[in-house]
Amino acid sequence: MLVEGITSRPVHGGIQVDLFARRHFFALEGEGALALLAQAPALDEAFFDRCEVLYAAADAAGRGYDEALARLKPDLFRQTPTVETLLFRLRGCLSRATMGTRLYVAGGEGFIGRCMNVAAGFGMDAGTVLTEHRGSAARRVQCVHCKGITEDVSESPFACSHCGLNLLVRDHYSKRLGAFQGVCIDAEEPVSASRTPEEVFQ
Amino acid sequence: MSATSTIPVRVSEIEPVAESIKRVRLERPDGRPLPPFSPGAHVVVSMNDGGRIRRNPYSLMSEPDDRGYYAISVLRAEKSRGGSAFIHDVLKAGDELTISHPVNLFPADKRGRKHILIAGGIGITPFIAMMAGFARDNVPFELHYAMRSRAHGAYWRDLVASYGAHRIKPYFSAEYQVLPVATLLENQPLGTHVYVCGPDRLTDCVLDAARNTGWPAANVHTERFLAPAGGKPFDVELIRSGITVHVGEHESILEAVEAAGIDAPCLCRGGACGQCETSVIACDGQLLHHDVYLSDDEKAGGRKIMICVSRFEGTRLSLDL
Ligand code: FES
Repeated sequence: MLVEGITSRPVHGGIQVDLFARRHFFALEGEGALALLAQAPALDEAFFDRCEVLYAAADAAGRGYDEALARLKPDLFRQTPTVETLLFRLRGCLSRATMGTRLYVAGGEGFIGRCMNVAAGFGMDAGTVLTEHRGSAARRVQCVHCKGITEDVSESPFACSHCGLNLLVRDHYSKRLGAFQGVCIDAEEPVSASRTPEEVFQ
Repeated sequence: MSATSTIPVRVSEIEPVAESIKRVRLERPDGRPLPPFSPGAHVVVSMNDGGRIRRNPYSLMSEPDDRGYYAISVLRAEKSRGGSAFIHDVLKAGDELTISHPVNLFPADKRGRKHILIAGGIGITPFIAMMAGFARDNVPFELHYAMRSRAHGAYWRDLVASYGAHRIKPYFSAEYQVLPVATLLENQPLGTHVYVCGPDRLTDCVLDAARNTGWPAANVHTERFLAPAGGKPFDVELIRSGITVHVGEHESILEAVEAAGIDAPCLCRGGACGQCETSVIACDGQLLHHDVYLSDDEKAGGRKIMICVSRFEGTRLSLDL
């Protein structure tokens, strides 16, 4: 049922650090910590002196990634209890950032979308933010009918958490919103019998 | 350029605006409106210079919303191949020319929060329409404009008067003023875009400074004004057309091919857009690449040539045309 070949589907190219940047912000969620930890041995102290790391452990809590990140001794390290608090801090970081700043985001699909949405609010072009998908493939989906956003969608079709319509999750992605588009799947036969979710994003 | 895409125009005004710079106003002879264009666009002007057709690209600097006329500014090139000298010495009000439809290879990024424009000399032209657009949309911008002297620089007084000294910063090299590119780029807020148009030296300097201050490449925009370089004459064999054309000293391959009646694809005529890319079938000698389109590897590979600006030295060149 997934519509294939939609080119707006984001491609996460990995968070290879850009050594020309003057300042580096990392927004990491859960397993996303590994994306930075994996390249850490190749990076020096001078790099981490120009580095700010925000981390929300999410479902990777207890795996010790927070301690491993703190041991890198970045200029600033903040572990936040939730993704919301991380996004709040990210806004603070970006509001004083300059064009020499590079933002790296690693984590679940929904987390990446939310960070991209914050970055776009500061005028950052999606192409200039480096992203890496780690962990959950659950999607952040906008209902194209009521415009409500539902986080952590792992099935398609699913019921919109705002208006209740049954939505097909498309690969069609809005860079502006950082969300996939969900379209009503049963407009012609609204009370159809069973709707078995066909695709699972996990 | 195919014949259907050209627009006939008449020169309604031509006047000097600075040392070696003339402003030309073009209108349709039938009084109909010209096509709308977006700030940063250019047209290719075809001129009949004593039987020889010259085609040069010029940025449109009139109000993008005013479809009654187009305005361009022309600097007399020091070693003019004919085009700019023709406009300065021969062209007069009432004369007719043809122009291409406007093409924009240097558009402003509408998502930008702030725009920094860096111009050198005649490179000011695309920015005039851009600034009108930014001012209308109420988007923050700054112009940093380097000129040789007060007399050589065009429009800077008018620009300061319309947009204010806080947005328009002129620099005159005759007065030892230097455009501080690196400091300018160092502390810009997120969402800023920088545009540069002017001599290669300025463009390279901005590209270097942007990279060294950590700017992402996507936020740096350049337009290089490349006039086809002259050089030694040579012959080119056109395999598909089955003829050989002679490329004169002051002529590009593209111009020679067009003079022979062959319709070769092209758009910018300045080595930037990639339209005129042509495959090299045989080459006994050296390709002299002058474009900014092909990658260094492609240039070294010798399989492709941008015929609007690049040349050849050697004994035999055959192209897939
Ligand atoms: S016509 Fe644009 S590169 Fe030659």
